[in-house]
Amino acid sequence: MTPPAAGRSLEGDEPSPDSGDAHHPGSTARRGASAAEITLDLQARINGMQASRLDSRRLPTVPALARILPGGGLQSGGSYAVRNSTFLAMAMLAGPSATGAWCSVVGMPDFSVEAAQAFGINLERLILVPDPGAQWLPVTAALVDVVSIVLTRSPDHLTPTEEARLKARLRQRGAALITLGAWKPSDSTIGVAESAWEGLGSGTGHLRARSMKITATQPSGRLRHAYVQLTDLHGAPAGTASQGAVLPQGSQDDGRPDASGPAAGTLFEPRLLKSS
Amino acid sequence: MTSGLPARPTDPARFTGSTQPSGAAPATRTMVLWCPDWPITAALREHALPADAALVLVDRGEVFACSPAARQDGVKRGLRIREAQARSTGLVSLPYDPSLDERTFEPVIVAVEAILPGVQALRPGLCAIRIKGPSRYYGSERNAADVVFQALAAIGLTDVRIGIADGPFAAEQAARATDELDDDVEQLVIIPPGGSAWFLASYPLEVLGQPRLTVLLKRLGIRSLGDFAALKASDVRNRFGIEGAIAHRQASGVDHRRVVARTPPPHLDTLADFEPPLARIDQLAFAFRTRAGEFVDTLREAGLVCTALHVTLHTESGETSERRWQHPRWFDADDVVDRVRWQLQGTNATDHGLTSGITRVHVVPAIVEDLGDHADGLWGTGPDEGIHHGLARVQSMLGHGAVLTAVIAGGRLLADRRVYIPWGDAPAGRQPSAKVPARDRHQPWPGRLPGPAPATVYAAPVPAAVVDSRGNPVDVDSRGLLSADPAFFSAGPDDGRRPVHSWAGPWPINERWWDPKGRVLNRFQLVDRSGSAWLLLLEDHAWWVEAGYD
Repeated sequence: MTPPAAGRSLEGDEPSPDSGDAHHPGSTARRGASAAEITLDLQARINGMQASRLDSRRLPTVPALARILPGGGLQSGGSYAVRNSTFLAMAMLAGPSATGAWCSVVGMPDFSVEAAQAFGINLERLILVPDPGAQWLPVTAALVDVVSIVLTRSPDHLTPTEEARLKARLRQRGAALITLGAWKPSDSTIGVAESAWEGLGSGTGHLRARSMKITATQPSGRLRHAYVQLTDLHGAPAGTASQGAVLPQGSQDDGRPDASGPAAGTLFEPRLLKSS
Repeated sequence: MTSGLPARPTDPARFTGSTQPSGAAPATRTMVLWCPDWPITAALREHALPADAALVLVDRGEVFACSPAARQDGVKRGLRIREAQARSTGLVSLPYDPSLDERTFEPVIVAVEAILPGVQALRPGLCAIRIKGPSRYYGSERNAADVVFQALAAIGLTDVRIGIADGPFAAEQAARATDELDDDVEQLVIIPPGGSAWFLASYPLEVLGQPRLTVLLKRLGIRSLGDFAALKASDVRNRFGIEGAIAHRQASGVDHRRVVARTPPPHLDTLADFEPPLARIDQLAFAFRTRAGEFVDTLREAGLVCTALHVTLHTESGETSERRWQHPRWFDADDVVDRVRWQLQGTNATDHGLTSGITRVHVVPAIVEDLGDHADGLWGTGPDEGIHHGLARVQSMLGHGAVLTAVIAGGRLLADRRVYIPWGDAPAGRQPSAKVPARDRHQPWPGRLPGPAPATVYAAPVPAAVVDSRGNPVDVDSRGLLSADPAFFSAGPDDGRRPVHSWAGPWPINERWWDPKGRVLNRFQLVDRSGSAWLLLLEDHAWWVEAGYD
């Protein structure tokens, strides 16, 4: 599984994926920059090189997400921001959890374990720390040491140094960090752009199914999207590893970054309402 | 239990040695110490009840054992508890706990071991001692028994019977035979050496404890142990096999069993006294650390690891705090100190001073397992070990109750269906037993939520508002009818006004209508125009957000 060289060099711009194109790797010694900025820049390049060394290691991912995530799936050592959907965050935990990985949820007292189980997350291997209080960083760092995936509210008030250290730790341990809410240093931001529920009338029925348009930012700054049903996001039941199903699609997508949208668009008509 | 002291044959010589199996080893001269009604004695001592209390121990709804006072009122074993209560009005009933018997018999064995070596605990309330050595040391068997009586009286145990005979079986029968003696006589029966067969001869066959053999022998016309012992040993062996041969030896007073003395168990618990009492948790943790290390080292030297322990804390004001802690793997010294600290802190992790100083910490291993079963493999023992170390670190930062695993229980409201278990309380992978409530999720639970489970279930209810197209709050009347269709809603106090795209409800939930704490709720599902769905509750004219499908 070797992604093309282009993908690798793009991932090198990790600290600022949003402005990845503007930031040429060679611009570290830009004139007028302070010593601290140069240090940060160099650090970013080192991190980038470390990232490229690890990108062949991929965590098992739910196929529907593997199609749109950069690199064709969750990268170990990567960090992902989920914009507005806990369901999506659960779907990201579901793949690794179904293959026996330990997952952890930090600082989310409202996380519904029942929905998590419906997604195929093994509750026996799900560690919840609902209230880390002021010790968010030490707790998250300690968990990154031992579990494969950490889901957390997006941390505010982290200094750039702390962010860099956390990311380095993620890479070192091969864990993935998923934040609910935007987090600037994340490798990719995933979100639900449009959504429609089925089964509910006016005063009748009950919620049955949900169709979503999910989007993921790529290292290039572009957006890849897919139309999925809520049930597509459910992980494989434990025992049947989704690895085999993921890899071919991942490799296919790496070649043509934006092609998955139309291909998957046959799931349902894009007659969705615009998300606010 | 004998039905009455049987009339004995007058000629003991007839039984001595004449029918002994050839080549049998001489039986070990044995003293058997018997405490009648041990479960009752144990329960009275444990619960500090007066000795003449009418007490019954209940096992599965029936009387398992009863004290003499209760027996006088007509209570007997096997009676239903209601019937026993009707017969004896002042009856105290306690559940029967076999482990209590074992636990309270231990001090008795220790007291006997202090004066006579080589004690074998047969079962709670009954132990056997080889008497040859002690009888020589104390001068006679009677003197040795007197020493035992005195030693047990010193720990407050007076109702003790002793039988001395050849072999444990005969000695046990002798000890039980003391029941037939008068109360003012010493509770001691000594059968002289070689007289055991004579002593046992008139006992019925039932005392052998082999019902099938007993029935068969009775059909053959053999009614007592004496008749049985009169048979030839080789014939018995040929006809009744090994079991018959063993029974024959017991009946002949040549018990094959030897008294296997137990090795007194090492003291694995640890006790730390603090003088002056310690008033701060960090002081205590520091002072106890060495003891915790010794505790773990002692276990390790014995080839054991501890997977559950009891911590008892005594304070200056006389309070005690007791708790059992489990460990997903096994305790090392830091874990023990952590448990002591958490027990003092309660659930919150704040470091506060204690209400009164701690004078004593007692740590008792509740479950020990073989070190070999827990040793690290040659290539490490997989990821779980690492997981545990990491989570223990987080627990020591935040407190025991801050790191949780969850199980899904039964219930109608979503928050009820989520049950948290602190990490380590119920080992992952095993059936959690203590903390999980009886609510079973596989019960029907009418009124539970259909469709996919929402992703966000608010731990604390969030106030919401729902209005109709004219801006009036939507409500449900006592007949369950909706005042108007909802048109706008806001999910949360800071949420903007969302137009309703589709909705369903009200779904009534009437929980525990017989209970003042029961709740009457109406549930609604609402989807706004942006396609996000919410689950709202209407209780007592107020709207709450129960969950969000985000």
